[in-house]
Amino acid sequence: MKEIYLDNNATTKVDERVFEEMRPYFCELYGNPSSMHFFGGQVQKKVDEARSRVAALLGALPDEIVFTACGTESDNAAIRSAIEVFPEKRHIVTSRVEHPAVLTQCRNLTKRGYRVTELNVDSDGRLDMKELAAAVDEDTAIVSLMYANNETGVVFPIEEAAKIVKEKGALFHTDAVQAVGKIPLNMAASSIDMLSLSGHKLHAPKGVGVLYVRRGTPFRPFLVGGHQERGRRAGTENTASIIAMGKACELAHLHMDEESGRVRDLRDRLERELTALIPNTRINGGGADRLPNTLSIAMEFVEGEGILLLLSEKGICASSGSACTSGSLEPSHVLRAMGVPFTCAHGSIRFSLSRFTTDAEIDAVIRELPPIIKRLRDMSPFGREFLSKQ
Amino acid sequence: MWDYTDKVKEHFLNPRNVGEIVDADAVGEVGSLACGDALKLFLKLDEKKERIVDAKFQTFGCGSAIASSSALTEMVKGKTLDEALKVTNQEIADFLGGLPEEKMHCSVMGQEALELAIAKYRGVEAPKHDHDHDHGHVEGGGEIVCKCFGLTDVFLKKVIQSNKLHTAEQVTHFTKAGGACGGCIPKIKDLIAEVMGEEKKAVQEKPAKLTNLRKMQLIQEVLENEVRPQLWADGGDLELIDIDGANVQVAFRKACAGCASSGYTAKFVEQKLRELVSSDIVVQEVQQ
Repeated sequence: MKEIYLDNNATTKVDERVFEEMRPYFCELYGNPSSMHFFGGQVQKKVDEARSRVAALLGALPDEIVFTACGTESDNAAIRSAIEVFPEKRHIVTSRVEHPAVLTQCRNLTKRGYRVTELNVDSDGRLDMKELAAAVDEDTAIVSLMYANNETGVVFPIEEAAKIVKEKGALFHTDAVQAVGKIPLNMAASSIDMLSLSGHKLHAPKGVGVLYVRRGTPFRPFLVGGHQERGRRAGTENTASIIAMGKACELAHLHMDEESGRVRDLRDRLERELTALIPNTRINGGGADRLPNTLSIAMEFVEGEGILLLLSEKGICASSGSACTSGSLEPSHVLRAMGVPFTCAHGSIRFSLSRFTTDAEIDAVIRELPPIIKRLRDMSPFGREFLSKQ
Repeated sequence: MWDYTDKVKEHFLNPRNVGEIVDADAVGEVGSLACGDALKLFLKLDEKKERIVDAKFQTFGCGSAIASSSALTEMVKGKTLDEALKVTNQEIADFLGGLPEEKMHCSVMGQEALELAIAKYRGVEAPKHDHDHDHGHVEGGGEIVCKCFGLTDVFLKKVIQSNKLHTAEQVTHFTKAGGACGGCIPKIKDLIAEVMGEEKKAVQEKPAKLTNLRKMQLIQEVLENEVRPQLWADGGDLELIDIDGANVQVAFRKACAGCASSGYTAKFVEQKLRELVSSDIVVQEVQQ
């Protein structure tokens, strides 16, 4: 069965042009970029090129790019660096809807005596800038807020947040793993100090990430050892994946208009038609500014895992914010923070598109999902009275 | 992705007995929308009101909840009420070729609905079941331990005992207790200790003179209920290899195998067996 892959916020297909770019760096050009000989030197040149390509996508300078192993490492490194740089500051600000890569790190720090403020979001998943301004004080080492939410696609006003934070003298980090390549970023005209991205969310392979660190930002490395990445991240470079990351960023730059045009149109059509065909639905984050590729739709009186399994039978790959699929027993922390009503918190499905998504694939979801929901609702003991009124 | 058996998948994709029985004799409803799963079970009895002639269900929940409900209805059809009451959650899981441990609560939910339906039909201590409330599972008697899912100590102890659960994590997998805010996990650990303590007492009441057969049984019981759970807690395990008179041979497994302090572990096993079975027991570690 050919997959209809609409789970691109989980991971993406490696673009074949990206794969071709990295392919020679395993068996042929396997040199170590730190070596003195020509054989390592030619790899060094490609790593430098990759660094420039990533920088170009972000509107950054090449020496502000630190290659890491994943988005999680970038997030961890940014927060750990900040608390080492400011040992006297004992407060961190983040939000309730962050990715676990940030949230777990912050919550663990509370055990070491740190105060952590988790900002609330409203029912559309939006931050309150006044709450942010009130939360940051002279004791705050770092504020870490995601650029865009992985579950709902809600985009935070990160530039505005960064300005508020900088005025108060704290460092500002953003987890931009979901945003990079989907919406334009320009670090040259930004107040962000550090920004995380991940290769496999933008058609590069798994196992490579980037931490952008603005020039002049005090930084302490997370991994120590060799002098790689100008001493900011020790460990022999994952050359093939770094080169792939550079190519993926170059392609993301080229395809940016497609994301905000064709992909957004597909998402909007999916949203419009599903809402029209399935009664009692609600778009999570529907009232907020959202990524062009993400649709989180909550359906009352059904449970997400059943929906995903039945979609999967039709070859459709999506994801859910429900408890049962994750091994946790509660709906996702994001949906809970947004106060999604309990009648539909367990029935939220996320479709996340990419530049490879086609019209026909969206048609397939529009055709297959409504009967699946009807079937599960017919089986459910809830909502009969309510749904029969439709 | 969950590793569901083909039977679970088949019962999820083609569930048997979905729907309601309008003139049902017994109805049991557990769970709620907020909990993330719920089951309403309908039973129709024969003219003598003894045997279940039809069973139907409505379920809100994940794939394994729907499959468990389907399995339950198939299993109880044709049984008398007393026979049906003997169906355990493990049997529901076995019917499906097993469930991932994290999903065992689905089988427990099935058994609960069945018990509730029969209890209500018989008018026995009609268990309070307030499904307008956000949280279901509140049965008569006992004190609420898990506030998130509304589970009582009586219910949890029953599940711990009948499924021989040893860790709080297992209790979460079987009942969901402790799976949301986690506030009740210490209390769950106390309940496990309580249940184990009661079993220990039962074991301790040993007859004065043991026959060989009884001694072997006791040794096995103590190893199962007293010793292995403690080793599991540290990632270890052991296997009983042989019993020859008072000589007990065991082999250490997992983290215990090759552990530098396995000598101490062997001593600990010996001490337990001497205390609970017979004072002349000698434990020997063998490599096997």
